[in-house]
Amino acid sequence: MKTARVAYAGAIHSATPHPSGLRLTDGRVVAEEAVVWLPPFEVGTIIALGLNYADHVKELSKELTVTAKDEPLVFLKGPGTLVGHRGQTRRPKDATFMHYECELAVVIGKPAKEVKATEAMAHVAGYTVCNDYAIRDYLENWYRPNLRVKNRDTCTVMGPWFVDAADIPDPHALPLRTLVNGEVTQRGTTANMINDIPTLIEYLSSFMTLLPGDVILTGTPDGVVNVNEGDEVVCEIEGIGALRNTIVGDAVFGR
Amino acid sequence: MGEPIPLLFDDPPFRLSGIVYGTLLNQRESLNRLGDAVNQPPYKAAPKAPVLYMKPRNTLARDGDWIPMPDQVDALQLGATLGLVIGRPASRVATADALSHVAGVVLMADLRVPHDSFYRPSVRHIARDRSCVLGPRIVPLDQAGDPDQASLVVEVDGRFRQAASMSDMMRPSAVLLADVTEFMTLLPGDVLMLGLCADMPALHRGQRFQICAERIGQLQGAIA
Repeated sequence: MKTARVAYAGAIHSATPHPSGLRLTDGRVVAEEAVVWLPPFEVGTIIALGLNYADHVKELSKELTVTAKDEPLVFLKGPGTLVGHRGQTRRPKDATFMHYECELAVVIGKPAKEVKATEAMAHVAGYTVCNDYAIRDYLENWYRPNLRVKNRDTCTVMGPWFVDAADIPDPHALPLRTLVNGEVTQRGTTANMINDIPTLIEYLSSFMTLLPGDVILTGTPDGVVNVNEGDEVVCEIEGIGALRNTIVGDAVFGR
Repeated sequence: MGEPIPLLFDDPPFRLSGIVYGTLLNQRESLNRLGDAVNQPPYKAAPKAPVLYMKPRNTLARDGDWIPMPDQVDALQLGATLGLVIGRPASRVATADALSHVAGVVLMADLRVPHDSFYRPSVRHIARDRSCVLGPRIVPLDQAGDPDQASLVVEVDGRFRQAASMSDMMRPSAVLLADVTEFMTLLPGDVLMLGLCADMPALHRGQRFQICAERIGQLQGAIA
């Protein structure tokens, strides 16, 4: 089952796909453009993976000063950065390299503390798509990746659908791709994750209790390119969804 | 399933959101201690933006709690600081009225697995369950006084260990709020820590700690 959270006609609703757009739980059928899409579940702690695809590691190798990794490279993000499907993401005037990152987002469904990899998938409620933007101009070598790069308002896009885990028999075999203004710029498959989902849940739950609503952003493959004001970016993962958003400039924010 | 952990704090009159951001290397002395290392690899330059990190909701603990010592760790660092509790949405605030977005302050103990590198430290050192103790209450600014003049007295097992002064910050609270909210909005109940001071005391199994500040109160905890 796929569900969305949307704002429509003065209230927040749960909705499911319908041939004409979406069907709200109260029976109304509405067009995709007629609603405001919110992140599709109540988001708890956002746990993001850096460099979790071998090809992306190679892509960024010039700027990496540490290459040997004995544990997954994890950073945390706050919920203030989130926007939903069809939302706007701000590109500051002074940015020269701002890029998307199409990622499979894994949503925790029951508490996980010291869970072994073999049991880990039982703690997954489902999946969604995340576009975890970064602005590399602001990268500093202090507590990388620093929050000014990765925790900016509007720079974490999530949705459109929350997809039940039961509907995705193998989350490690999903083709993913990103299109900028209709042109494919990134292509990969979740089969190429360095640390797969059970490994990540075992690792994370060994030192922090994962709670329902916590979400693991599992990293992005290579093919990240700069995006500009006015660009429309679509991150797609087969069977999960196509997450659309638009880059806007400072003027929209009165800057 | 393990023992229950507290998710949200509801300390009237202010409700905490559970979102907690920490600040590092804000205290002049803590940056000075690094000496010329700040210009060497892997850092290559002193920090420009505030050095920030998150304490996620699994880390939150209350005044008086027993904090589990992680396996294979001998000691935790006790980072005593003051948390600014946001009272109204703060986005792109000006330094001049930044503090009008603050509901109050709260005493905080950020318990960290010791690590030397500021480059890309493992979240394993920072986000342990119940490693962020705060309380006992949120003190409105008009009672707490100027957060930038607060001085925290840190004791371990009843002995004085550190005077953590909030007056030596390169970014005093208003400047920190302005620089942080330039790119990330803080909402009511979010907490922003002012900064950790050099010479954080070590805590071993069975030890109790206490952080006191005049007009603000005292926060206690212990390591299980």
